[in-house]
Amino acid sequence: MRTYVARKLLTYALTFFVAVTIDWAIPRFMPGDPVQGLISRMQAQPGSAHALTGYYTKAFGLDVPAWKQYLNFWAALVHGDLGVSVWQYPRPVTDLIVEAAPYTLALLIPAILLSFFAGNKVGAMAARRKVLDNTVLPLGYVLTATPYMWLALVLAYVFGSVTRVLPISGAYSYSLQPGWTLDFALSFMRYWILPFASLFLVGFGGWAIGMRNMIIYELEADYAHYLEALGAPRRLIRRYAYRNALLPQITGLALALGAVLAGALVTEVVFNYPGVGSLVLTAIQNRDYFLLQGIFLCIIVGVLIANFIVDIAYVLIDPRTRIGMQGHQ
Amino acid sequence: MTTAPVGRVRHELIYVARHNTKLMIGAGFVLAMLVLALVGPFLTSQAPLAFGGDLQQAPSSAHWFGTTTNGQDVFSQFVYGLRASFIVGTLGGGLAALIGMLVGFVAGYRGGIIDEILTMLTNVVLVIPTLAVLITIAAYVTTRGFVTEAIFIGATSWPWAARAVRAQTFSLVSREFVDVARLSGRRSWKIIATEIAPNMSSYLLMMFILLFGGAILIGATLDFIGLGPSNAISLGLMMNNAVLWSALLLGTWWWFIPPGLGIVAIVGGLYVMNVGLDEVFNPRLREM
Repeated sequence: MRTYVARKLLTYALTFFVAVTIDWAIPRFMPGDPVQGLISRMQAQPGSAHALTGYYTKAFGLDVPAWKQYLNFWAALVHGDLGVSVWQYPRPVTDLIVEAAPYTLALLIPAILLSFFAGNKVGAMAARRKVLDNTVLPLGYVLTATPYMWLALVLAYVFGSVTRVLPISGAYSYSLQPGWTLDFALSFMRYWILPFASLFLVGFGGWAIGMRNMIIYELEADYAHYLEALGAPRRLIRRYAYRNALLPQITGLALALGAVLAGALVTEVVFNYPGVGSLVLTAIQNRDYFLLQGIFLCIIVGVLIANFIVDIAYVLIDPRTRIGMQGHQ
Repeated sequence: MTTAPVGRVRHELIYVARHNTKLMIGAGFVLAMLVLALVGPFLTSQAPLAFGGDLQQAPSSAHWFGTTTNGQDVFSQFVYGLRASFIVGTLGGGLAALIGMLVGFVAGYRGGIIDEILTMLTNVVLVIPTLAVLITIAAYVTTRGFVTEAIFIGATSWPWAARAVRAQTFSLVSREFVDVARLSGRRSWKIIATEIAPNMSSYLLMMFILLFGGAILIGATLDFIGLGPSNAISLGLMMNNAVLWSALLLGTWWWFIPPGLGIVAIVGGLYVMNVGLDEVFNPRLREM
């Protein structure tokens, strides 16, 4: 148990180190100069362009040797300083991300958890049950093969453009100011439903299929046949199968985090939702590399934390590790 | 066992495969899209990026899938986009399968410190969210093509395949026939190629199918946020353009419905095919 957690932590530390290094290296070793891009966007006079180049190079710390830049990068990172946005100069990147992150999390966390629980339950019910299987399976495959942005587009078109039941742009009515008021909460909920549904449905399909296939494997395992031979009720056998099948599903949850996150980013773009996804799009369009870098780091940290939570959940749920902790294998 | 049953087993596999509805339906969808991608460009007179005179037309006999706000032919874009998806899927999925097999075989066959290092590397790449890296890299590359995109995708989406291959290799390495092959003094890579890989060929095939579908989805996502290839069309780019030109508000559904449907048909077809293949190779899973 302790070595398991230690190993995981070592992996995550290494991952963080590699990610920070990649994040630092990409803009510096890629063709194209962010400072030049910034200045050409300003369309400044030739003379002032030269002065500006010097100014920005200094401002972004690009005028020292590469190894020093790397150390400075880490030093700034430790202090939570991700640099200054080019798009909204001189606002710090951290500010912009902190503003956007709650919206993304409000979509992601409920979507991940609810689709995982609902998908697993429905998938387990469908396994080896003809009628349910024949409906859940095709539906699940269609959903899990659907690109997030397309489902978002279809939902927005059906519920927004055609029937006009739900709003499809933004996170709350423009007449309101964000705050802890009932009006704002209600408005927020209405704008939240469709992006949430896009994320939920794609995930739901994947989990339902995964669980359905897992249960079939488990029902063919020796212990299931043995229980059957003993005359155990089917419900009991299925319950054992479910508990065994849940473990690989939890491992799958850790693996799926990156994909769901990508889904959230593009879903936000479709719904113009003011989260990290829309921020990524703005950063790309405005060639705001520092913002993009900052977002990359925050995503890495978020995924690492989520991975660790899943690891802990795995240890808590797997009875074998629990027994191991009590000291008798 | 004599050699006769091998032939019979292969025969039986083909029989089971042809009678597996999931495999046939899935393969049918994928093949239909492939044929459309190959033949489609000959059925349309307008180039995918050319601007015609008909603006924002609903589907008709002149424009089967309608036209965009700028007068581009949606059917033409769709069939060329399908081509792009198959290219990205084949190259990206193929590269990911290659790297995954290389890392998995070496780690599983060698074991020891090499395995420790490769497993650590795999786990690190596994945790880093692929799309975040791809976005950052793609944003810096000014001229992008499908091949670069596929290479980026392949280079980042191999870890789970490597893990799967490694686990399978581990279970095969301790078998007698591998020991015999080792005693005969053959080179390691030859043993992997002739003794280990063939014994998990069904597994490798299914792995490639999943990587192929995954690469198509990642490619579409990248294209959708505007990091797709420049001066070309793809299914993701079509959706990107539809959103940029507010197809939702204008109600031009024919602009964004076909590209997504195309992706669902290919990727969904691949996934269903995979379950079918699983049942063909693993008799325990077949419906009773």
